[in-house]
Amino acid sequence: MNPKKTNTLALLMIRIIAVIVVVILAFLIGRILIQGLPHISWKFLTTSSKAFTSGGGIGIQLFNSFYLLILTLIISFPISLGAGIFLAEYAPKNALTNVIRMAIEILSSLPSVVVGLFGFLLFVVQFKLGFSILSGAIALTFFNLPLLTRNIEDSLNSVPKLQREAGLALGLSKWHTVIKVILPEAIPGIVTGIVLCAGRIFGEAAALIYTAGQSATSVDFTKWNPFDASSPLNLFRPAETLAVHIWKINSEGIMPDAEQISAGSSAVLIIAVLIFNLSARFLGQKLYQHLTAAKQG
Amino acid sequence: MDALKYDLKDTYIVRFNQKETEIAMTTNNLQVFYGNKQAFFDGNMQFPKNRITALIGASGSGKSTFLRSLNRMNDDVARVEGQIMYRGIDINSRNINVYEMRKHVGMVFQRPNPFSKSIRDNITFALKEKGLKDKVEQDRIVEESLKGAALWDEVKDDLDKSALALSGGQQQRLCIARAIAMKPDILLMDEPCSALDPISTLKVEETMLKLKERYTIIIVTHNMQQASRVSDYTAFFHMGHVIEYDKTKHIFTNPAIKATEDYVSGNFG
Repeated sequence: MNPKKTNTLALLMIRIIAVIVVVILAFLIGRILIQGLPHISWKFLTTSSKAFTSGGGIGIQLFNSFYLLILTLIISFPISLGAGIFLAEYAPKNALTNVIRMAIEILSSLPSVVVGLFGFLLFVVQFKLGFSILSGAIALTFFNLPLLTRNIEDSLNSVPKLQREAGLALGLSKWHTVIKVILPEAIPGIVTGIVLCAGRIFGEAAALIYTAGQSATSVDFTKWNPFDASSPLNLFRPAETLAVHIWKINSEGIMPDAEQISAGSSAVLIIAVLIFNLSARFLGQKLYQHLTAAKQG
Repeated sequence: MDALKYDLKDTYIVRFNQKETEIAMTTNNLQVFYGNKQAFFDGNMQFPKNRITALIGASGSGKSTFLRSLNRMNDDVARVEGQIMYRGIDINSRNINVYEMRKHVGMVFQRPNPFSKSIRDNITFALKEKGLKDKVEQDRIVEESLKGAALWDEVKDDLDKSALALSGGQQQRLCIARAIAMKPDILLMDEPCSALDPISTLKVEETMLKLKERYTIIIVTHNMQQASRVSDYTAFFHMGHVIEYDKTKHIFTNPAIKATEDYVSGNFG
């Protein structure tokens, strides 16, 4: 076969594979949206769920999902940032740090149900946090840390070494160079990492069933003091998320409109992930432009 | 390898009479090791003030290693022994504040490496970190440095645009401006034109000739025409040794050592 034919054939194969992937994705998303969108209404999004009768909403679950996501990121992002900066900029390349890197990789492939059971035993039972949004957030942090740490480390490593030398040659300390020069340049990569993690957290059910619990206790959206028992911000209330809700309806839902609620919830979940991703990218881009003057460039 | 045929002990290193020539920096018995491997041997050189000294030699001859040792950029990767005397202080000693020292000994790198910030911020960034808050003074230094690097006329209306939008040659001159904004005494340049086209190269060379009125410049270059065009003194490096160090005119027209003669005439190999 001549090089031109080989090239054409290879290109054809790659195109077919790409089309297959896109078609599968489009089919899945399209199906979920087509089935779910008709059931979404303002009432569906804002009212609380009902156990036995039809007409329940997902208001609390939707709030719980976002709250849990933000809480998890608040806990895991600073830790990952510190660990990522250390691994990328300061850690010597030796056997110990290689073991740490490997441990991080292994941790990232831990099945989420194992993370959930671990969280149940340690936080829910041992630390007596109970089925609570805090237990869920800590369990998800364990789940989240490896991926985010690895992502931040990679993002920092992708900034050219010359940038570090430029800072050092001007008499800046390594820390200043990393924080003020390297980190801003790594923002787009780090935002991608946060977006991927957010998708995982939004969609996570197994790790939460045993930690954040499966019940959506009713909350009073007029009370914003986190120490109030019925406040939505209360850290110690059980908090069923959207993904857990979908799992529960499908496994043991006895309300007459379980199927519709499940379809609607799935569509809402996908749209919520989409909205979060787009806004995270938008904010990341703004921050990047602000810190690097990249807009004009 | 023919390059092995030269006697590395056969050297000529110019010594200056310090009463007649002011010396900006002196190295005494400088040795550089990467792990157990010695990459540079016995550096005993004086660099005269307000002159351009070119370091030439084949790839791997140790000239960049030597240059990067002079402002301690090799600290993390190599072991540097010996003295580097600057204003009567050994800046190679362990208790030196390297960050303070690097304000006096600036560096421009092989590839342009502006920060991905605006042109203005590239210059003011390090100044702000050092505590210069006065905006008027910042602007004055920005203008002065950009003029010093012969870039002002090209960018004066675009100071808030990203430095990455500049051409390679402009970026390199911005890096020079950034370095001189710190008001160093000595400017180390590691093949500053190797990534630039001939026109940008000429501009950078013109800039260097202007800069030597105020700074002492030590430049590593692969380009022998460049060395002969801009430098006052030239050192020829070979296999980690300084073989010959003398006036540029002597090096290129009447070298004392056979290895130098072969290298500058292109018979090296």
